[in-house]
Amino acid sequence: MKIYLKIWRQKNAEAKGSMVEYTLEGVESDMSFLEMLDVLNEELISKGEEPVEFDHDCREGICGTCSLMINGRPHGPDSRITVCQLHMRSFNDGDSIVIEPWRAKAFPVIKDLIVDRTAFDRIQQAGGYISVNTSGRPVDANAIPIEKDAADASFNAATCIGCGACVAACKNASAMLFTSAKVSQFALLPQGQVEAADRVLNMVRQMDLEGFGNCTNTGACEIECPKGISLENIARMNREYLAASVKG
Amino acid sequence: MSGLIKSSLARKVVMALSGLFLVIFLVLHVSINLASVISPDFFNEASHFMGYNPIVQYAMQPILIIGVIVHFVMGFVLEAQNRAARGISYVKYQGSANAPWVSRNMIYSGLVILAFLGLHFYDFWVHEMAYKYIEVNPEDPTRYYAETVEKFAPFWRTIIYVISFGLLGLHLWHGFQSSFQSMGVNNKFTPAIKTFTKVFAVVVPLAFAFIALYHHLNPITH
Ligand code: HEM
Ligand code: SF4
Ligand code: FES
Repeated sequence: MKIYLKIWRQKNAEAKGSMVEYTLEGVESDMSFLEMLDVLNEELISKGEEPVEFDHDCREGICGTCSLMINGRPHGPDSRITVCQLHMRSFNDGDSIVIEPWRAKAFPVIKDLIVDRTAFDRIQQAGGYISVNTSGRPVDANAIPIEKDAADASFNAATCIGCGACVAACKNASAMLFTSAKVSQFALLPQGQVEAADRVLNMVRQMDLEGFGNCTNTGACEIECPKGISLENIARMNREYLAASVKG
Repeated sequence: MSGLIKSSLARKVVMALSGLFLVIFLVLHVSINLASVISPDFFNEASHFMGYNPIVQYAMQPILIIGVIVHFVMGFVLEAQNRAARGISYVKYQGSANAPWVSRNMIYSGLVILAFLGLHFYDFWVHEMAYKYIEVNPEDPTRYYAETVEKFAPFWRTIIYVISFGLLGLHLWHGFQSSFQSMGVNNKFTPAIKTFTKVFAVVVPLAFAFIALYHHLNPITH
């Protein structure tokens, strides 16, 4: 296949970036999208040009690192996958593909397609944990009975890989889906109750401080999330937040 | 509590509560308007009551005006913050791939409604205030029906009203069900809320539009 690429190039955080066009021949339909970029980079390196920087790590859909806006959609045209799970068979010979970094004020570009997502780390650090006293005699994990529905919902929320596609997709660059997943995974479990009120207040405060936008319930995040994190988590976070504010 | 005022979640709740308040007001409004088609006498009575009852005039009317102002000012604040939150915009952004048009354009449907409210206030409220407090006319419980029908004589006004009701429908189509999510309600009732929203967002604006067209097509002939 022959592919026409338009890629955001930006030297560093301060530089002004721009779209640069590349034509890539010999793309195989069973290549992954990242392999296609690897091929492009080989070509650029052999020509003595700077390769395109993009984030990737596990290349199997679990780390959440790969973060590309492809033809106007986070992680490209297919649903429930990350970029590393996207294959060139989803495109046709002669297609033009626009590749941009996640766009959010809270996710500044570091270089080319790589953005700084430490805002998510700070939200997580603000309350996305439980305090457990450890000792030489650990209590059996199953000693606290947990309702199946709650355990499942908590586990589903915990599948969030922190990729940031929700922010990238949202017209408001809102981080509500991510934050609500991280609140919900604990809010649903007895272990999470001790810090429940502080957790939701602090995580939401941090989310706002980072400069993410306000949710307007468009649902774009849920559609684009590679893990299918549900909007129900956002409603749960809203409830938890209101309850905690009224109490506190 | 202090953090609540500044928080994005609280702003959304203000948006949702003021929006729902306006929805309830719409129900009242459309009911009285329907009377103008069914029974001019009842319409006159109801309008006179609304125009001269002190609770309506000095409590409900100010609350309504504040509700509208809170709603659209908060809407503008949120919109400005949301635009800023993107920073640099995408070269290519396929908003339609993952979110319905109505949900992405609340600010535009809202702006049309706001412009309409300007005209609507000029048409009825300014006229009422002038009649009652500037010209200091006596109470006349029979004037409302004829005044209303006359308002819809010009085609341009009728058509502006009808178009605005269309945009109101779009605004409600997203907004009504969205306000429940904003307040944390997403449970077994959500499918019913979404269905009700669709019915409401079609029926209420259609009823308003029907009334405007009805009066346009049925002028009072002396
Ligand atoms: C005065 C002009 C108006 C403007 C500028 C405006 C603007 C907005 C905006 C920007 C939103 C937020 C979008 C979102 O949350 O998805 C919104 C939400 C909403 N609006 Fe309006 N609006 C106006 C009038 C109205 C009227 C007259 C009604 C109802 C009769 C209404 C009902 C709602 C509802 C129910 C919501 C949903 C709240 C939520 O999602 O939390 N709006 N409006
Ligand atoms: S909620 Fe989904 S889209 Fe958002 S960070 Fe988590 S996995 Fe990624
Ligand atoms: S590289 Fe780990 S999810 Fe794509």
